[in-house]
Amino acid sequence: MKVAIIRFPGTNCDRDVYHALELAGGEPEYAWWNQRDLSSFDGIIIPGGFSYGDYLRAGAIAAITPVIDGIKDAVKAGKPVLGICNGAQILAEIGLVPGVFTNNSHAKFMCRWTELKVKTTRTPFTSMYNAGDIIRMPIAHAEGRYFNDEIDKLKDQDQVVLAFEGENPNGSMEAITGVCDEDGQVCAIMPHPERASEVILGSDDGLKFFKGMVDY
Amino acid sequence: MKYDAEVKISLKKGMLNPEAATIQRALALLKYQVENTETLQIIKFSIEGDSEDIVRQKVDEMCQKLLCNPVIHNYEIGITPED
Repeated sequence: MKVAIIRFPGTNCDRDVYHALELAGGEPEYAWWNQRDLSSFDGIIIPGGFSYGDYLRAGAIAAITPVIDGIKDAVKAGKPVLGICNGAQILAEIGLVPGVFTNNSHAKFMCRWTELKVKTTRTPFTSMYNAGDIIRMPIAHAEGRYFNDEIDKLKDQDQVVLAFEGENPNGSMEAITGVCDEDGQVCAIMPHPERASEVILGSDDGLKFFKGMVDY
Repeated sequence: MKYDAEVKISLKKGMLNPEAATIQRALALLKYQVENTETLQIIKFSIEGDSEDIVRQKVDEMCQKLLCNPVIHNYEIGITPED
């Protein structure tokens, strides 16, 4: 599977994602913010970082760049799209997933390992897990608190992908830290699966996110 | 005609504002007891337009497309003709 890894000025997890995707058997290729046409790719990952310095709000400026049109076309064509951390914030800003990831409840950048519960396996990225699996992946964000004024609808439609287990480090609603669109094909998660893709990193629990995508 | 535009962005009522809460706690460290602390974002620019209404409409579009996130923000627009 040929996967576009989107780069904005300020993206900084692009090479980690590239490596993890290769480990999973995918064919990654970088694509820049001004690339309008992504039709040659089978899937898309928007990696983490601080696109445009997080000015205005995390993800706000990236959300109006030409590559977003290419991402929307890919969604229409049924291709899987994963946003990690800043990528998740961008997907929420565009409205491809519901809600918003905003300032942590405590004014603090949090960078550490967390335990997470896989809430649904209907997305390509979580298809290789079992619902209820507890996995370890790191978070690294200042604006990761999930807020949604239609939280019941989100749960009713099985759009919660990941939730913190046993804690709620950023004050997210119901400890939610990963959501998907109604079809489950667009997935936005704050934790970093690429930073948990090899045992030498401390965990390879995240690798199945990429394997599931490649297998889709 | 040139206008000065000012967009004042605030969090919707009931939204947690960690920045304001931190400022309030810091003021308390200095022994200032204050309540209801809020932080707002103000964005200002000059803009050319045929009338105040047309400019206001344009700035409203900017708010919806980029400057604000309707899920969490309210905004107020001020338009004044430049001298």
